[in-house]
Amino acid sequence: MAYPANYKYTKEHEWISADGTAGTVGITDYAQSSLGDIVFVELPKEGDTLEAGKIFGSVESVKAVSDLYSPVSGTVTAVNGELKDAPEKINDDANGTWMLKLDLKDASELDGLLSAEQYEAFVSEETGH
Amino acid sequence: MRYLPKSPADREEMLREIGVDSIADLFATIPAEYQLTRDLKVPRQHSESEIIDRFREFAENNATGYASFLGAGAYRHYKPVIIDSLVLRGEFLTSYTPYQPEISQGTLQAMFEFQTMICELTGMEIANASMYDGSTGAAEAMMMAVRVTGRDQAVIARTVHPEYREVIATYAQHQEIPIAEVGYAANGRVDMAALDAAITSETACVMIQSPNFFGTIEDVAAIAEMAHAKGALLIVAIAEAVSLGIVKPPAEADIVAMEAQSFGVALSYGGPYCGVIACKEKFLRQMPGRIVGETKDMDGKRGYVLTLSTREQHIRREKATSNICTNQALVAMMVTIFLTVYGKQGLRELAEHNLAKAAYLKGVLSADAKVLFEGAPRFHEFVVETPAGAVETNEALLAQKIIGGLPLAKWYPELGPNASLWCATEMTTRKQMDAAAEALRAVAATELTRA
Repeated sequence: MAYPANYKYTKEHEWISADGTAGTVGITDYAQSSLGDIVFVELPKEGDTLEAGKIFGSVESVKAVSDLYSPVSGTVTAVNGELKDAPEKINDDANGTWMLKLDLKDASELDGLLSAEQYEAFVSEETGH
Repeated sequence: MRYLPKSPADREEMLREIGVDSIADLFATIPAEYQLTRDLKVPRQHSESEIIDRFREFAENNATGYASFLGAGAYRHYKPVIIDSLVLRGEFLTSYTPYQPEISQGTLQAMFEFQTMICELTGMEIANASMYDGSTGAAEAMMMAVRVTGRDQAVIARTVHPEYREVIATYAQHQEIPIAEVGYAANGRVDMAALDAAITSETACVMIQSPNFFGTIEDVAAIAEMAHAKGALLIVAIAEAVSLGIVKPPAEADIVAMEAQSFGVALSYGGPYCGVIACKEKFLRQMPGRIVGETKDMDGKRGYVLTLSTREQHIRREKATSNICTNQALVAMMVTIFLTVYGKQGLRELAEHNLAKAAYLKGVLSADAKVLFEGAPRFHEFVVETPAGAVETNEALLAQKIIGGLPLAKWYPELGPNASLWCATEMTTRKQMDAAAEALRAVAATELTRA
């Protein structure tokens, strides 16, 4: 399955995996394949506060630059520095390549996100398949 | 594709499709009082020979045979004839900034060469494929600094071209960027103590111009150190590109914003000119506009591509880095040809020539006028204080077909009504300078009699 069942998803194509209040965020396989070759990822700094539904960075492919939206609110605890030199890792493995880790402000925000099944249905609706 | 005008039948069909009876119905939402109901009263059509006669008549109204000592951001330099013969070639002249760029390899190669030469001249690592002009380049540089630093204030020297500062203020007003202006010292350079005091932890950038509006060359390295010590970027604006033939490139700056009109672009009443933004490579993704890159195609041959246009308006809409989504490709081409014709050595000689002319002008004018702001190096412009008012002096000079220096009271009232900014370039002849000095002496003599 392209979308791990233990992740939660946004309609803006980010995923989040959470363990208590520790969250890890990336973009979905659908997002990476729509963007094409990713050449640059712009991420916040450690210690920055993110708000659910607000822009926290951008991802640039050879075709377009797309904004990244935070699935939940929280404080950034780590940023994946590898992406600075190797942004193509996201194309290689979107589910396994994290962008940032954060300390969730309110874990109940996760309940408002899509399940893997719901996200898959949303994507097929969006692509008309 | 056929380009044919619409026939009455086509119009009927289109109106029917929209569901209106007449073209006038399309304007029904405009109140009747604002609709023009009479004929436009444009002149009847003319034959080609009549049009040529008419424009010849207009051309005869042009002022010819005047000696001009105006500079102040728009400079009279020689323009090699090869520039026009090349830019008028259809392949270059008709191609607007390409939206399907890679089929226009010739245009891309010219832009790539433009960027490369601008980098070499300014001491920066990257340059974009041009901006509208020096003033918008400076304003874009300021907004770039705001994006890079995450700070939202700017400190700008009052010796940056006053009209650049007006353009910057227009941008800043709507971007909500407070601007602090810093005055000048007795030697015409930016007041370093005031500058240091004006830079705070909220300052995104310090902007100076060098040579500045008074023609004085700033101490870029010292100002860079001062800005960087407080985490601000340094933007150096350059209004006279020819100065780079002899002045050290402002390599200590973070961003250079320049007007390249001096490189082979006609004065043309103020435009179109050619703006430049060049900067350190680490600011690449915050730079407005587009960059042409060199690459290899699938057969390993050299080719050119447009990069970074993903951040431009036609792709990123309201989230674009800048709303400058075009460039001055044809004007940048003039600059590229000019620089190619002159070359490194030729540009140096041109700059030296300008310097020598200005030194001579300063010498002959100082007999009857006082040269202000001594004590710091200059390029080819300087401020003088004439015995009579600058406006009156210019009127007297104009009667002798001499266009005197630019009166400065409008922007620098503290300099008084007698201050004006004079410029000499390689186009200024010794005869013209001697005549100007003599005319100035006559004005001074009248002034003495009156007193």
